[in-house]
Amino acid sequence: MSGGGILPLSLRGMGYAVGGVALLSDVTLNIPAGRRLIVMGPNGAGKSLFLRLCHGLIDPTSGQRLWADGLGRAKAQAMVFQRPVLLRRTVAANIDYPLGLAGLARAERAAKVAQTLERFGLRAMANQPARLLSGGQQQRLALARAWAMDPEILFLDEPTSALDPSATRIIEEMVAQFAQEGITIVMTTHNLGQARRLAQDVAFLHRGRLIEHQPAEQFFAGPQTPEAQAFLAGDLIW
Amino acid sequence: MDGPFATAISLIATADDALLQIIGLSLRVTLSAVVIACAVGLPLGAALALARFRGRGAVIVLFNALMGLPPVVAGLLVYLLLSRSGPLGSLALLFTPTAMIIAQTVLILPIVVSLTRSVVEDLWAEYREQLTSLGASRLRAVPTLLWDGRVSLLTGVLAGFGRASAEVGAVLIVGGNIAGHTRTMTTAITLETSRGNLGLAVALGIILMALTLTLNAVAWGAGQWAKGRLG
Repeated sequence: MSGGGILPLSLRGMGYAVGGVALLSDVTLNIPAGRRLIVMGPNGAGKSLFLRLCHGLIDPTSGQRLWADGLGRAKAQAMVFQRPVLLRRTVAANIDYPLGLAGLARAERAAKVAQTLERFGLRAMANQPARLLSGGQQQRLALARAWAMDPEILFLDEPTSALDPSATRIIEEMVAQFAQEGITIVMTTHNLGQARRLAQDVAFLHRGRLIEHQPAEQFFAGPQTPEAQAFLAGDLIW
Repeated sequence: MDGPFATAISLIATADDALLQIIGLSLRVTLSAVVIACAVGLPLGAALALARFRGRGAVIVLFNALMGLPPVVAGLLVYLLLSRSGPLGSLALLFTPTAMIIAQTVLILPIVVSLTRSVVEDLWAEYREQLTSLGASRLRAVPTLLWDGRVSLLTGVLAGFGRASAEVGAVLIVGGNIAGHTRTMTTAITLETSRGNLGLAVALGIILMALTLTLNAVAWGAGQWAKGRLG
């Protein structure tokens, strides 16, 4: 799946301002295929906004967001939100929905839904209403739905912040598996343990600016900026 | 109590022909109007929720205001439209059930549009990013949002049905309350009461109430069931 087409994503001086107030400024970053990038930073640093800009839910007000194919085909991207929005229909129908939007033929969709249900252990609940699942199950379904879309890159916005530890572990395992299959991962988290477990690269945002971007071992061994040092030190204290 | 109530009960019990005919026409007119108003109002309301254009606020206010349109005024407007000298006079629809369906559609449409707009707007706020991410355009989101709002929307449709089945002014003006042709439950109640024929009036009143009660019970039950079933 890597090298499939839309990656790398290169951000060139990307920024976003509302009413003259810059919420994100001058982010220049290259996201190559097949990596796991964890985006960290204190609350309000612009992590979620960064993901939304990358994914195309919002367009930058300055700078550029450049996909290798020039478009960043929506079908090659998927995003999992902090609180998944599941449709008021069955688990299986939720997986089927984006496949229908993508224009897959009926038989192909049915096969993909069955495969997805099987793979993520959702078959027993295939006909249950998705909204009645537990929080952890809902997020699992959201990830399964994203996987079924066959994305090259998957954005995750603090996918486990509302979950208990066991559900968190399941989600982390899914993310790690996706990465192994070659899906590029861009994920925000404020959970440092999670960042250590999943990151290959770390981007550290502070007050709307990208102040560090380096391989994870280097970042955790010794961040260069005092802000990131303080952030990691906070982890040790708490 | 050997008065109107006894007569009413016997009329209902014997399934009086005139009574059944009136009930049948009322249901036909009101249900047709509800179906048409939904066919137009659900997509229109959803479009109004998602679209952004100049004057959108004014359109929303207009539809909200029209929810309070007095039925006699709606009747009058449709009368002017359909009367022989009116713009649609050549269709010769005045004093027909079709004219009554049109008038009631005018009454129900604003309710369906306004409620749909409100329901879909709230849902869109919740679903927008996710649906966009999944690849749904605004246009494609409309049926999805309508379907996910189906339980709330049912309330609006029922409110519309209630308004249409209870009103007398519009159907009286454009229908003319012609016996066996355009006489509905409400217009019959008006006429029979003024003629002192209270038995039939009471019988129709009871049926009208029972109908409304049943519909609302079914709707409430469906809502409760859906809440447990769909989350």
